[in-house]
Amino acid sequence: MSGEFWITQAFNGLSYGALLFLLASGLSLIFGVMRIVNMAHGSYFMLGGYVGLSVVWRTGSFAAALLAGALALALVGVGMERFFLRRLPGQTLGQALMTIGFALIFQDLALLIWGGDPYSIPVPATLQGVLTAGALRFPVYRIFIVVVAVVIGAALWLILDRTRVGAMLRAAVDDREMAQGVGIHVPRISFAVFALGAALAALGGVIGAGFLGVYPGADFEVLPYAFVVVIVGGLGSLPGAMVGSLLVGLLDNFGKALFPELSYFTLFAPMALILALKPTGLFGRA
Amino acid sequence: MLELADVHTYYGESHVLQGITLGVGPSEVVTILGRNGMGKTTLMRSVIGFTPPRRGRVSFKGDDVTRWPSFRLVARGMALVPQGRRVFPSLTVKENLDVARHGRGGRWTLARVLELFPRLGERARNRANNLSGGEQQMLAIGRALMTNPDLLLMDEPTEGLAPLLVREVGRVLGELKREGLSILLVEQNLSLALSVADRVHILSRGQIVHSCGPGELRSNEEVKSRYLGVA
Ligand SMILES: Nc1ncnc2c1ncn2[C@@H]1O[C@H](COP(=O)(O)OP(=O)(O)O)[C@@H](O)[C@H]1O
Ligand SMILES: [Mg+2]
Repeated sequence: MSGEFWITQAFNGLSYGALLFLLASGLSLIFGVMRIVNMAHGSYFMLGGYVGLSVVWRTGSFAAALLAGALALALVGVGMERFFLRRLPGQTLGQALMTIGFALIFQDLALLIWGGDPYSIPVPATLQGVLTAGALRFPVYRIFIVVVAVVIGAALWLILDRTRVGAMLRAAVDDREMAQGVGIHVPRISFAVFALGAALAALGGVIGAGFLGVYPGADFEVLPYAFVVVIVGGLGSLPGAMVGSLLVGLLDNFGKALFPELSYFTLFAPMALILALKPTGLFGRA
Repeated sequence: MLELADVHTYYGESHVLQGITLGVGPSEVVTILGRNGMGKTTLMRSVIGFTPPRRGRVSFKGDDVTRWPSFRLVARGMALVPQGRRVFPSLTVKENLDVARHGRGGRWTLARVLELFPRLGERARNRANNLSGGEQQMLAIGRALMTNPDLLLMDEPTEGLAPLLVREVGRVLGELKREGLSILLVEQNLSLALSVADRVHILSRGQIVHSCGPGELRSNEEVKSRYLGVA
């Protein structure tokens, strides 16, 4: 196989990993702070895409679609946390079941509002071209995805690692009870993390709709990928989500390109291997 | 400062605290003694709001705080040095202290905590999980002080420490007492406990079975051997 093949596939894997990072970083932080396994996280991705679609139809603006999708789903996420999940404090199983219920409701709602046809969000002309280098071709839109993920990843890292609020959030991940015991208002942090996580997933959904399209079932299609990222990287760890996304993006791409009939195997076998060697994931702690 | 009235605390069906009544006055040091598993930690958890009592009442500075969340109690002036230290392992020493600072203002600043524990200053940029047990204990005390408490709850602060460090904790306790802090102390080291205490309660199976001054307990061999296993 040629060098071009490897470079192209690596780039595709990188851009898919970038999209996964938008989805999985919030899922990981939500689990880290609240110990909630959010089965509705894929729904934020799909609904973000649909909201973005409607906004593009109305306004023709891709930027407005990104903003509206993120804001709308931040509200949905906060509503779920505030009015439902918070009523079952510490009940991991009850909360997980509740989020499954939400995911099913969102699925039906989306079908009701947007119907069963697949759509694609028209992307602005500036993001449509292809950069070529010799025989290599890099779609501008995929470069855009990588840039967005890198910028957001860097911003999140700076906030988490360098600010006092970030340290408070990490304290809550380390020991939620003791964080409250030194005066940290953990419910407020939970609220913010849910808003942020849902907004990022929705942003991923709008961006993803530009090249994967948006369709019924997208929610449960991306969810396993997000969970693999979080489990491989380590629950509640931002660096873990970064590395995990990249790894899963690459594995998935090379797996599908090299052994298309084994694509799930090439994704899940390395995950099983990593977990066998390091049960807390690459960056997780017990 | 702190009043507990007929406090009953459960873990699920298990009835651990069975009617605790006690008080800690301003600038008073009250020590709780008792064998392992008698409910000392549960008492601390009931006060700080980790495991709120099912019955009875906890009041703090005149407010009924029985069902207040912990962060609200801390804002009101209560702080905990928990059993087992529970420093935040992935945070640096400085971050551990920083996250406990809450605009309440007061005598304790980062600089003063580092003055009390110079060792923490040397290790400011280290992650807390790389500290020794003694350093973690200093950090747990420093972290509690950063909240500028009026009442400090300390649960076995000398547990697992070498004799030299036990004396260091004793020195710090004495200093805090001189500053006028109210302290509710759980301590297994009898001589340390008696040296700072104004009042002593002995806890057995979730009930206070004996209350006295430190002087009386020193000479009461019967109570010591019966409830503390001291020969
Ligand atoms: N989280 C918990 N769940 C159930 N039982 C507990 C829990 N923590 C402590 N206990 C039980 O409550 C009793 C008192 O424990 P504790 O307050 O830790 O005692 P002490 O601090 O005096 O050693 C013990 O019997 C212990 O087994
Ligand atoms: Mg104890």
